[in-house]
This record gives sequence, C-alpha cells and structure tokens, in this order.
Amino acid sequence: MESMRDIKRRINSVRNTQKITKAMKMVAAARLRKSQEMVEKARPFFNKNREVIYKVSRYTKDYTEHPLFLDSGGKRHLYLIINSDRGLCGSYNVNIIEKAKASFKPDEEISLITIGRNARDYFKKRDYNIISEYINIPDYPDYWFSKRIGDELISLFKERIVDRISLVYTHFNSAISQTARMIPLLPLTALEGSGLEENKKLDYLYEPSADQVFDVLLPAYINNILYAALLESKASEFGAVMTAMDSATENAEELIGELTLLYNRARQSAITTEIAEIVGGAEALK
Amino acid sequence: MSSTIKLEIVTPAGKKYSGEIEYLKAPAIDGQIGILPGHAPLVTALKIGLLELRKGEERLVIPISEGFMEVTPDNINVVVRTAELPDEIDVERARRAKERAEKRLNGKDSQSAHFDYVRARAALERALARLKAADANKD
Repeated sequence: MESMRDIKRRINSVRNTQKITKAMKMVAAARLRKSQEMVEKARPFFNKNREVIYKVSRYTKDYTEHPLFLDSGGKRHLYLIINSDRGLCGSYNVNIIEKAKASFKPDEEISLITIGRNARDYFKKRDYNIISEYINIPDYPDYWFSKRIGDELISLFKERIVDRISLVYTHFNSAISQTARMIPLLPLTALEGSGLEENKKLDYLYEPSADQVFDVLLPAYINNILYAALLESKASEFGAVMTAMDSATENAEELIGELTLLYNRARQSAITTEIAEIVGGAEALK
Repeated sequence: MSSTIKLEIVTPAGKKYSGEIEYLKAPAIDGQIGILPGHAPLVTALKIGLLELRKGEERLVIPISEGFMEVTPDNINVVVRTAELPDEIDVERARRAKERAEKRLNGKDSQSAHFDYVRARAALERALARLKAADANKD
C-alpha cells in the first residue's frame, strides 16, 4: 500500500488539475454565451439573405449563366475545413476531421484550405495538398476575417484552379449538442424548397443590370455563408470545451473520492500498527 | 394600393428595423434610388452610405455598410452588413475611426504591399456615413 504522504500528494495534484478544468469550463461558458448570442442574432440575416437569393434565382431565367453557377464537371474538389486552434475540446476536432474524410471521394483530386491549427497539423502530417491555411481564429470572428477567406475561395473558383468547393463546419444545436456538417458551396446551384408559390412570378428589375447586381450579390452570399459557418463553429467549439471540461471536473471529483478512501484506509492501518506496537511494548515491560 | 410599404433591415447583429414607411432613399451602387409604395420588383446592390426613410413627419437617416436590397410592391428587404439606428451611433467613435482611417490612407504605410487600401477606404466611408447620419438626425 502507498504511504499516506504519497496519497496526500496525489490528492493535491488532482485537486489542482480540477481547479484548472473548472476555470476553463467557466471561461468557455462565458464565451459560449456571447458566441451563442451572435449566432442567434445573425440567423434572421442569413435566412433573409438565403430567401432573397432563392427568389432571385427562381424568378430570373438567365441567372445560371453567372460564372459562379458554372459547373465544369471537373474532379478538382476543394474542401474548406473549419476546426479549432486549441485542444481540450472533447470530440469537436475529431468529428470534423472524420466528417471531412468521409466526404472525400476516391476519384477526386482533393485539395484543402484549413481554418484552425488542428486540422492543418492533421492533414499536413498526412500529406494532403493544403492550398492555404488560416490559424488564430478570433474568438468572435468579424466580417473581415471571413471575407479574406471568401475572396480567396471565389478567386480560386473563378480562375478554374478548382472545380468545386465544399465547406465542412460544425453546426451549433445547443451547448451540449453540435453536429459536423458538409455543405457544397460552389458552383452555386438553384436553391431548393421553402414555400414560395410557383405561380407568383415576380419579374425583377435589376439596377443597374442583372450582371452587375449578381457580381455583388453572389460573392456576398458566399461570404455570408462562410461568416455564418465561422460563428456556428466557434459557438460549437466553446460548447464542446465546456462539456469536456465539465466532465473532466466531474472525473477529478470522483478520483479525489477514491483517493480519499485509500488515504483513510492507509491512515487507519497506520494507527492500528501503532497501537499494536504500543501494546507489544507494554507487554514486553511486564 | 396602400400608401405605406413594409421595410425590414437585417444585419448579422440582428433585425434593426421593421415597420411601415412611406418613402425610402437608398445608396445603390450606381447612385441614389428612391422607393415609394407599390414599386416594381427590384433587386439592387447597396454601397456604404445613408438610408433615408420617411413616415409622416418623421424622417430617419440610417448609416449602412454594403449589402443589397430586394423590393416587391409591398415589401422592402434591406440586407446589409451593418446598420445603426440613431441611438446606436457613437459619434465619438466614428470621429476617431475617421481620423484613424485618414491617417492610414495618408501615412507612409499606405505605400507598402501589406496595406489594405480597400479596408481602410471602407472604414473611412463608414465613419463618414455615421457622422453624416448623426448630423441629419439632429434636426
């Protein structure tokens, strides 16, 4: 059996770790609150954005002639992968990487753009073709951060360096539930669904011209999707950190309980030994 | 045909405005555009500038960043990156942002390859729009 001093030392070390995990959980919870607020506030904006694009693409016949709609049928597929810079977030990063790998098709020529240190390290080690990498994602990403990435995607697509682009990110359902998702980004396809009446045709005017409006509208749409995905991913990351650190704190509590039991047992046996010695000594004096 | 049209302004920071109005003037990419109730369906891109809306005696000027606008006979949807209602405009901050942007545009950094001209220029325009809006809403 370990000595009392050793056990005491282990209890203290676990307790220190627990303090750290507890603090990390609290920090993540605070950040999550703000991220979640950002995600929720932004949702009407993205829905409206989507709705307008949907209506426009539905009611305008020649919209599909815009270069961003052009499907070349090629096999050069670029995946944009969003995960985190830091670890200690449970299965958050693993889920994203698994999702991405499951999406890769064998007959495609795959290239990647990674956002976050984790994905970069993972795919670099496995010799994937990484076109560019973004690290140090801000906690609350702003528009300019996503615009830089969006502009790069659009120019890669327009210059026909890649044939299609997909986005792998984590959708934020709630603090304890996040889902890794893969969505195709480019070429744009006519959006499906949402209860618009077929016969209610609107003949839009475009000011100054359809082409010029699309040149602004479509890249902005891509940038907005990206921005939404970044916000969602970031909120998911904080949710994952919070959950992971919460269970780490709980596990530490359990471990402390077990060690305390061991400690008490050691203490008791030490006392028993001592009594036995005293009795033995008294016996010898008789 | 009704005499008002429903305006909605949405930004990533939430829905900024929702209500019936009588007239809207917006900064489209090729110049100012005015919308009255019953306007023909229209889609246009917006640049940084001022939205001006009227309802009865009330006149409201809202600074916006780039985005787009969809108009149907009884709805206007303005989808922009930022928009600020009069009580949200921080004049002091806008003034500082303007000075900062001017300094950046005129400073020695502006010749270097890393200099983000578009971004600095946009910052300046946004600050100017905010200051103008704050001014316009005063009277």
